[in-house]
Amino acid sequence: MNRSGIYIFIYFVVYLLVQVMLFKQLVLFNTTFCFFYVAFILLLPIETNMLVLMGIAFLLGFFVDIFYDSLGLHAFSLVFIAYLRNYWLGTITPQGGYDAGEGPTLAVNGLQWFLVYSVPLIFVHHFILFFTEAGGFSIFWFTMMKVITSLMFTMFVILFLQYFSFDRRR
Amino acid sequence: MQRLLNFFYEYRAFFTFLLLEVLCVWLLVQNNQYQGTKFFNSSNRMAAGILGFSQSTREYFSLREINEELGRENAQLKTIIERQSQTGVAALTGRDTIIRYDYVSAKVINNSVAQFKNYLTINRGKDAGIEPEMAAISIFGVVGKVKSVSEHFSVLISVLNIDEQVSSVLKRTGNFGTTQWDGTDPRIVNLLYVPRHVEPIIGDTVVTSGYNGIFPQGILIGIVKEVKLKDEALFYDLRVELSQDFRKLSFVKIVKSRLKPELDSLETITIGAPK
Repeated sequence: MNRSGIYIFIYFVVYLLVQVMLFKQLVLFNTTFCFFYVAFILLLPIETNMLVLMGIAFLLGFFVDIFYDSLGLHAFSLVFIAYLRNYWLGTITPQGGYDAGEGPTLAVNGLQWFLVYSVPLIFVHHFILFFTEAGGFSIFWFTMMKVITSLMFTMFVILFLQYFSFDRRR
Repeated sequence: MQRLLNFFYEYRAFFTFLLLEVLCVWLLVQNNQYQGTKFFNSSNRMAAGILGFSQSTREYFSLREINEELGRENAQLKTIIERQSQTGVAALTGRDTIIRYDYVSAKVINNSVAQFKNYLTINRGKDAGIEPEMAAISIFGVVGKVKSVSEHFSVLISVLNIDEQVSSVLKRTGNFGTTQWDGTDPRIVNLLYVPRHVEPIIGDTVVTSGYNGIFPQGILIGIVKEVKLKDEALFYDLRVELSQDFRKLSFVKIVKSRLKPELDSLETITIGAPK
């Protein structure tokens, strides 16, 4: 537990720095964001305690917020999907269940499962994030476009990195 | 009692969830207030350090643009000097404006244009005499106002923030309005509350009115690009192209208004404390 705790801490810092130093600058057409840090919460081991999960989500969101000057915004969305995550994992358990000690990754469970797992959660995250920031539904379609395009961009980056680590694992 | 504790224990995940979300909402509300969150923003030393590092790395790739911008700024300043020397010292009417405002130059280390609520971080803070509510301008026009300061850094609310309103005036007709961004295109803002009887045309200049004492009077905001008047509307829909391209912003000037305390205290006596 202690060792995996250190790993989680290192990954936490790496995800945070990559998000705020690289992906914060990478905004396409002024509408398309990459909130790649969401993957950190999605990829934590399946048996992670929900309280721990939400605690980590809050901290990660909080630190991201400091850099985006949007205190509470990212933390709110991330805690929300951290709460949903384990219920969603329970709902879409593949036949034969999950392997003990494995993360809910593409390498373990396959592309189709991974998409079913991650796309709705990331959609919920982006949806809450953008509509909270916009302060309601007054510019609905523009905000919706931001949600959808950012979802695609974030998914693309996460899948890319998943394939990248997939090769290393084999 | 035992059953109550059991109940809480049973649903501990949900209650933790609720607690954290309430905390987040509280932070959100705090942050939206004008001078909220003194410490937890990008002006704190570590965050600003990291952002400054990543900005200085990126700067190498945009040196050409920064050079161009500085060149243009230089040219503009030279024209101003030229104009003043031609009119002669005696005709220098700007005496009171020189006394009224001080300027602090600062570099932008963090900037975004794609969020709904955009903020900028600059590399000057309390040590340079910057305080909240000061105006930020560039040589091309308005940029925003100071939200919070730390020792060496400050966070500015950009004009590209859906909550930010700037009191402005149509220069040709002299009518007042409010400039506010709608959250979509970072090049365009809206000029609101210009009544029907005015006849704005495309190409009109929009400048600050200087009414709230934050921005000096007559700072350029932009040029009217689109004029629309719906049949039953009370006000025009005016789209204004910003004179400052926020995507290329690298230097700003903070305006220190020396007479603001005086103006504020006078207005407080006459019309009561501001909200």
